[in-house]
Amino acid sequence: MTAESAPAFAAKDFKSDIKPVWCPGCGDYSVLSSVTKALAELQTPPEDVAVVSGIGCSSRIPAYTNCYGFHGVHGRALPLAIGLKVSRPDLTVIVTGGDGDGYSIGGNHFLHACRRNVDMTYIVMDNQVYGMTKGQPSPTTEPDWESGLVPGGTRIRPFMPLVVALASGANFIARGFSGDPNGTAQLIAEAIRHPGFSFVEVLSPCVTFRPEQRNWKHETHPAPVEATNDRGRAARRLATDDGFNTGVLFYDNRAPYMPPVDANLTDVQQFDREFAV
Amino acid sequence: MNTSDPAAQAAETITVALVGSGGSGVMTAGDFLLRAASKAGWYGMMTRSSGPQIRGGEAAAYVTLSSRPVDAPSDRFDMLYAIDWKNAERFSAEIPLDTASLIVSGEAGATVPDAFTKGGARIAELDVKALLKDVSGGRPNMLALGVVCTLMGIQPDAVEDVLESRLGKKGAMAIESSTAAAELGAKCARDLPSFPKLSTPAQNGPEHWVITGNQAAGLGALRGGIRFVAAYPITPATEILEWMSPRLPKVGGNLVQAEDELASINMAIGASYGGTPSLTATSGPGLALMTESIGLAIASETPVVVVDVMRGGPSTGIPTKSEQGDLNLAVFGLHGDAPHVVVAPTSISDCVFTTQWAVHLAESMQTAAIVLSDQALGQTISVIDKPADIAFATRRLVADTVDESYNRYALTGTGVSPMSLPGTPGGQYTADGLEHNPRGTPSSTAEDHAAQMEKRLQKIVEFDYGSHWADIDGDGDVAVVTWGSMTGPVREAARRVDPDGSKVRVVSLRLLAPAKPEWLAEALDGVERTLVVEQTHSAQFYHYLYSHFGLDTNAEPFHRPGPLPLRPAELEAKIREWTRQ
Ligand SMILES: Cc1ncc(C[n+]2csc(CCOP(=O)(O)OP(=O)(O)O)c2C)c(N)n1
Ligand code: SF4
Repeated sequence: MTAESAPAFAAKDFKSDIKPVWCPGCGDYSVLSSVTKALAELQTPPEDVAVVSGIGCSSRIPAYTNCYGFHGVHGRALPLAIGLKVSRPDLTVIVTGGDGDGYSIGGNHFLHACRRNVDMTYIVMDNQVYGMTKGQPSPTTEPDWESGLVPGGTRIRPFMPLVVALASGANFIARGFSGDPNGTAQLIAEAIRHPGFSFVEVLSPCVTFRPEQRNWKHETHPAPVEATNDRGRAARRLATDDGFNTGVLFYDNRAPYMPPVDANLTDVQQFDREFAV
Repeated sequence: MNTSDPAAQAAETITVALVGSGGSGVMTAGDFLLRAASKAGWYGMMTRSSGPQIRGGEAAAYVTLSSRPVDAPSDRFDMLYAIDWKNAERFSAEIPLDTASLIVSGEAGATVPDAFTKGGARIAELDVKALLKDVSGGRPNMLALGVVCTLMGIQPDAVEDVLESRLGKKGAMAIESSTAAAELGAKCARDLPSFPKLSTPAQNGPEHWVITGNQAAGLGALRGGIRFVAAYPITPATEILEWMSPRLPKVGGNLVQAEDELASINMAIGASYGGTPSLTATSGPGLALMTESIGLAIASETPVVVVDVMRGGPSTGIPTKSEQGDLNLAVFGLHGDAPHVVVAPTSISDCVFTTQWAVHLAESMQTAAIVLSDQALGQTISVIDKPADIAFATRRLVADTVDESYNRYALTGTGVSPMSLPGTPGGQYTADGLEHNPRGTPSSTAEDHAAQMEKRLQKIVEFDYGSHWADIDGDGDVAVVTWGSMTGPVREAARRVDPDGSKVRVVSLRLLAPAKPEWLAEALDGVERTLVVEQTHSAQFYHYLYSHFGLDTNAEPFHRPGPLPLRPAELEAKIREWTRQ
């Protein structure tokens, strides 16, 4: 594309005509909008993008985009996306989901996706609750949060996704807030551009089961320091920040994982020989 | 040699057990024995048995050699050769010996355990330690190889050939010392009691292969076009994955080791969604973990192949032994109404065809196909006729060009609708485990649910499976219906009862799901009584045939769980007793 020509794709070209099932005011609307804005900025044709998710309110995103999508089962979006990306490296692969989907039922895949460092972007809409199943505590919920399932609170220390991502080897770590769709779009675009496994945690209020999260707009703030590529420094920051710092927080330059490719292809019939007496 | 001695006459089939403690090399000796015999033109098979140790520990190699194809474990052993007797008793239930059997003890002065001598077997002893004193680097297992080959009449040049080809990597010294030990063994064999020689094999038959069922499944998968494999190790399926791993990149594919089976099945589904025929292989515990996502493949109509190499269950069960207990899980283990395909190889050789066929079925119907192999097929190394190379015109129905009206889950009349692959402009859709309308948009209406359910069922029920649905041998008014690794022993038993195949019909089902009662009825046309043979505790196959294939109420189950194999003799006795009734 030349500098003068109009961009081929606008954000709306990445949106489908399917009406989201979300509650009015849900943070996920903005995240959807940030994803489409980021894709417009990157000018990747929608047919070359695959959006993969598990189950949850947030996991509904794929069908609301005009990209290829896979709405899989609860917790398994990351391995599905890995299978797709390693066999179709030409695609831009984005994984979306919630904190329950990604950190609880899919927690093991989260660790190993960070470790494996396949070139893809993982966006978690963290609302510190299971929205779709109507208000149970998730791994990021505060220990004293009251719910019907766990009266009196879980009394379990919240999971620290960014710290875990860092420890597990994610190549890019950022935090966004759904109340800042343009800033989040920038983070997502940068995450997609960054090679390897990029993790973007987006604070995205569940207005129905956590109405107090509306207050996040007053609590979130840009990180006071520049992004670092120093693991030790990042570890200290991520472990001690207030959970509301937004922006790119860590980046690394580990080479993305790709399975070996053999330049000298043979025919399947060649394998017959090894069995012949 | 005295020619009136019955033991000195030629035998069509000979079975030998080699046992020894950890590090004694019995598996290598067994493997070389099978390969030497194969070079000289014989058929055969070798199964392994070992104690619970991860590495080392007592081990046994069971080798059957024959001038005709071998498809069943033998009823008895002609010889037990013990390199030493440490913990050998562990194997006594697996090694039936009788008065015609010969026990060779390679450990001078050792007492042969009662468990082996109680059948009245002859005993001979070799002072192997003393014999090998002057052979530098000579090992007792190679001496054993020389003894056994010579007793059975396998030519020394076949043994030499194998030593050269198998030990080539270890260098000239290793070949030399092994050859010296084997030659010494051959010399010793002349002083041992007489033993039958193998009858001469046919000389110009088809090319022979030495292969395990797991390798055969891997080869079938590659022939079928599988180019992505996700793997999580589990006994006894790992060898499929390990065989495929270095070979996939050579044909433009790849294998990824996953963090668990939940991941491996989803990786396979993801790769397949991108257009690459994909597979994963596992055993019962892994299949149990995969079931939710197999449902996803079915609902989203994403082709995937899952090979389950069954082992003893439930739970961790008996990982190294065979059983057919995953049938119910494979057929009924998915939530919701989830029509899919379950197939089973009928022999080691057939692992090639059936796995290839499974790929063809999954790809053609855009569904999940489960291949039920088992430890006995998967881990047995066998000398077989080269399997035919059958080419299916396998092609996934892909929407190469799409227009505005494209609907991924269109109701086409066949149940199969063109699938657009990522990268195709205008073909964008979201594959979904949620019920959906033809376009793929989530829907919970009764109409969409009914239409899509019917679509997913129709394509599987109406597919043209050709004659591959079962192997049918023989004719007559009694039938034995069986499946999987039980087919070999059943065929062998039927051959003994009815050598010309006019009295006993053997039906081995390759297509287990969808159930095709009308085909089975046709195959059993004119049959008065049916015996159903399987290796399960609860007669799963019998109950399945009864409930879904309209099996006659007269049919009788014959079943037993693992770990001991069902041997042809007991099946033969059962068929004889039962045909007399
Ligand atoms: C195997 C399985 N277990 C449970 C569920 C029920 N379920 C659906 S969504 C969900 C939690 C979703 O929470 P989260 O990922 O945080 O997403 P949110 O709805 O808050 O966006 C659960 C438990 C399921 N669909 N599948
Ligand atoms: S329940 Fe919460 S997360 Fe789900 S759509 Fe409503 S507001 Fe959003």
